Parts: sequence; structure tokens; C-alpha cells
Amino acid sequence: MQRPDARPDAVRSQREAYGATLCDIADEEPRLLVLDGDLANSTKADIFAERHPSRFIQMGIAEQNLVAVAAGLATEGFIPVVNTFASFIAYRALDQVRVVVAQPRLNVKLAGSYSGLLTGRTGKTHQCFDDLAIMRNLPGMVVLAPADDVETAGALRAAVEHVGPVYIRLTRDPAARLKGSAGRFQIGPAIPLRAGRDATLFSTGQQTVRSLEAARLLAERDISIAVVHLPTLKPFDVTTVVDALSLTPLAVTAEEHAVTGGLGGLIAETLTDRRPMPLLRLGIDDTWGESAPNEALLERHGLDAAQMAKAIEAFVRLHRQPISPSRQEGA
Amino acid sequence: MTEPLDPDALRAIAKQVRVHCLRSVGRAGAGHIGGPLSAAEILVALYFRILRIRPEEPDWPDRDRFILSKGHSSIALYATMALRGYFPVEELATFDAMGSRLQGHPDMTRLPGLDMSTGSLGMGLSVGLGMALGARLRGGRERVYVLLGDGECQEGEVWEAAFTASRYGLSNLIAIVDANGLQQYGWPGDAPGERQGPWPPGALVGQWSAFGWRVIEADGHDVPGLISALESAARPSGAPVVVIARTTKGHGVSFIDGRYEWHARVPTDDEVERALEELDAAS
Repeated sequence: MQRPDARPDAVRSQREAYGATLCDIADEEPRLLVLDGDLANSTKADIFAERHPSRFIQMGIAEQNLVAVAAGLATEGFIPVVNTFASFIAYRALDQVRVVVAQPRLNVKLAGSYSGLLTGRTGKTHQCFDDLAIMRNLPGMVVLAPADDVETAGALRAAVEHVGPVYIRLTRDPAARLKGSAGRFQIGPAIPLRAGRDATLFSTGQQTVRSLEAARLLAERDISIAVVHLPTLKPFDVTTVVDALSLTPLAVTAEEHAVTGGLGGLIAETLTDRRPMPLLRLGIDDTWGESAPNEALLERHGLDAAQMAKAIEAFVRLHRQPISPSRQEGA
Repeated sequence: MTEPLDPDALRAIAKQVRVHCLRSVGRAGAGHIGGPLSAAEILVALYFRILRIRPEEPDWPDRDRFILSKGHSSIALYATMALRGYFPVEELATFDAMGSRLQGHPDMTRLPGLDMSTGSLGMGLSVGLGMALGARLRGGRERVYVLLGDGECQEGEVWEAAFTASRYGLSNLIAIVDANGLQQYGWPGDAPGERQGPWPPGALVGQWSAFGWRVIEADGHDVPGLISALESAARPSGAPVVVIARTTKGHGVSFIDGRYEWHARVPTDDEVERALEELDAAS
């Protein structure tokens, strides 16, 4: 279902959508609680804290405790949302996520804000681009990475409705809205956004808007790219992905994440098992983050639309069948 | 139980817990011994006198919660639960076996009656804090008990939870430290083969007090003393309470008692027999 206000130029950050949607959910879901690791005014959970002060619990700067307290509240029938940065969930409190949330399959929602590269110039410690790799390797964990504000709202609702642990990857800065982005979100399905002949580009999270733009740039250069958006990394929609792989001779992945373990890893595993073909993985390549303006960071890692288009064009041309002499003469 | 058990009866049950620990670990060829033996009276006092529980209805919503944060002492908990009627004592023979509900470290998805899965040290008090907050939010009257090791108290998360619990004034949260004075390997002592305790003398009491907890000290092998400490701990005071139970690691078996090497050593058949003879002679 297309929302009436869906338009590609709308800009609202995922974190603003997150804060506002928490309030909306809380009006209908009395079991919802928000637990904060002293970052609510960064993650925009402060919107919730003001609207529902009795259901907002400050846990201070102590993320291991934060995650395990959420586990305890979940056993008491509450639906706790853990509010902190992605880094502090995926790295600092990972053992707590593993032992007292994922292993006992408790109904805890982990909201990893400030994921990816674009974290307000905070640099190496706060940028988090392994979270998808780490979280999807936890049995039973649902892993979501919405593209924009509208999808964030839908994904957050779906996360709260799902019974069991969910990690939702959120971003900081306002970004373009995916055209036709749907407010109604279903956990699982990969979403084909565009058809193409030369390669299928699989994309997740906020990267998908840039992936679509790259596909548009490539079309101007007579390269036809299909785009499939995966807002759910786990459970993984293997059917849609394998179907998409059957329609093109090449595959590409793009994510604001390390090229290992996340979407690139997932697609590499899948096509190796099911449909071997050359794969180009666009993302962050075995290096640490740094503080810089957003545009500079995207360019540095080849994740802006222009750089993506360039890399994909080279990949497609490299693998195109050599043109036969007769066709050359006829041309 | 209609009549509270007297101290002699509870001591006899604690002896049975030790017997089951030794037999189960010996039979499995795996598991921990030192910590389970130090915790026997604490667990018996809790499950047979203090906790408001219904073994026949393990998910009873108003039950007191219990978390074995020192999860490696699982066999002592299983033995206590079996003797209390949660499951047949014969099931203790499956400890650590493939498919068993009695996992090496407690798994709440397998065994009804376990309020939390544990194993990585330092997490139980945080989970208990969540349960205690949940009880307060729901207006529930249940209390939450968390059993930690003194070695475990080296984990930073314990103090994250201690700080936060006292900040929220959660007097429905009761920690018990099985202060058996040893950890798995620890720091070398003065003489060869000796080890220092996990904490310098007096440091644990000072640390919990500094974090705003009401501290009660008790002899962790003296059943009446433990019961009185735990009853006192349950009285609301506006602050969380910790009972520091002084114990010895491997208590009750002379060749295990106080020896760090027995943290996770498996007794041979012969050693099990000798240990059981000692326990019989002492009772």
C-alpha cells in the first residue's frame, strides 16, 4: 500500500520516525517499555520519554546491564525496547544479547541507532558496520534494516508485534525516501523494486535509495540493472533472491556495512549454494571508520550513486560476452 | 509443605544435595564440584524455607523468582529442585547428557522452574533487576533472588546492576553472594599451591555498601543463621539487599574443601565413594 505522502524527495530521519512511532505503538500496546542507555536525545526516544514518562526507564551508561535488564522485563511479560547505538548492542553487549536474550528467545527489541557510516562525524568507535553480520549469526534473531522513515515506522511496528528477539538497524540523518515506500511492513519478504537484464543489485537499509539512483544512472549508459531491496536480513527470503538470481547473469550487493558477513556475505553464501555466478560486493572493505562529512564517507567507500554506477559498469563490461567478429562487421 | 522443616531436616537435605552433586558429576564425567558444594545450604534454605513457590506450578505468576547467576553450580540447583519436587530425582542421572533438560549451565527453554538461562558470569543480577522493576511496574508482590559467586563479583556488569538497583531503591531485589573464597585459578598466594581469595578481606562488604546496598553477613553453611539472614533480607527497607554468605568451596568433603583445583575437576568413582563415606560419617 502506497502512503499518500510517499514521495522520493521527502526527508525525515529514521530516528525521528523511530521516536514518533514508539509513541504511536505505546498508545495501543500497554506492554511496551523503552529502556535507555542515556542516548534518548540522540536516538529521538526522548519524544517517547516526554509522552510516556512512566514507561521510559533510564538505565544509564551501562549497556551490558541495559540489555540484561530488558531480558528480565521480558520474562515479566513486558515488551522492552533497548534504546542505544548499534555499536553498543552489537559489540559491547553482545554476550548479553547472546546469553540472556537470543538463547532463551526472549521478547526483547534491540534498536541499534546510528548504524552504518553516517553517524554525525563521530568516527571509528560509533560507526557500526558489522551489526548485520553479528546479529544474523545469532540463531532465532530477527534482523531488520529499513530503507527510510516510512519503512522504519512499519518495521518497528512489526518488530513489536513479533514474539521473540528482534534487532532493528536505524540511521541518524535525514535521507531520501524510497519511492513507494510502504507503511505496512512484513518481516521476511525481499522486495523487487526494478527489473533489469545485466545484473541484479541486492541492497539493504538506507543504501537502497542510493542503489536505485545508481541503477538509474546505469540505465543512461545502456546497462540494465534489477534492484531487490532486503529490509529483512533474517529470516532470509531465499525464494525471492534465488528467483531474482535466475533472471540475470551477474549479482551485485550494496550496503552501508562491511562487505563480509552482512548482505554481501548472505548473497555470496546463497548463490554459491544455489546458483553460482560472479558477484560484486559494494560496502566497507576490511577497514575501520573515521569521522568525515557524510558525502566524503560515502565517496571514500564507493557507496554514493555515482561511484556505485562506475564500479557496477566496470563489473558488467568485464563479464559481458566478447562480441563476435561477424557482429562487429555487421555493426 | 505445610510445616516448615526444622534445621536438622534442612541439613539432611543439604547433605542429599551434596550426594547428588558428587554422583551426577562423577557419572557424567563433567561438571563443577567446588561451587555446587559451597552453595548447598544456601539453595536448600531458599527452596525449602524462603522462596514462595509452587513446584507443581513452576510458572505460577506470583512466585518469587530465583536466578542462579553462578550458572556453573547448576547441578546443586537441579538436585535441590528435584528434592523439592520439581522433577523426579532419577532425572539427575541425565545431567549433561545429550537431550537432557539438565544442561551444564541452566537453560530456561528446557527446564520449567528455571527463571533465567545463565552461564556467562555477571548477567544474573541485571536480569533480576529487570524482574524486580517489572514486579514494581505490575504492582506484583514477588521478590527476586539472585545467587552470585564472589569470583563472579569481579565482573563489571555486576556493579552496573548494583548501581542501578540502588538508584531505583529496589528492595524486592535480594542478592546472595556465595563467598567461598576461591575462584577457578585466581592469584597466587604466599605459599606454593596457595591461592588468594577473589577479594581482599572485607572488600566485598565495603563494595556493596558503597553501592548503596543493605549488607547482611551470614555463615553460609549454618542453616538457621542463613534462614534468619534471608528473612531479614526480605523486609522492605527502600534499598536492595545483599546477603554475603561465607562458605568454603567444596564444603563437606575434606579432600575437596578449600582447594581451587576442584572448581571443575571430576571425581573418580573411588573419590565419589570416599566423599560419600565422609558425608555419611558427618551426619
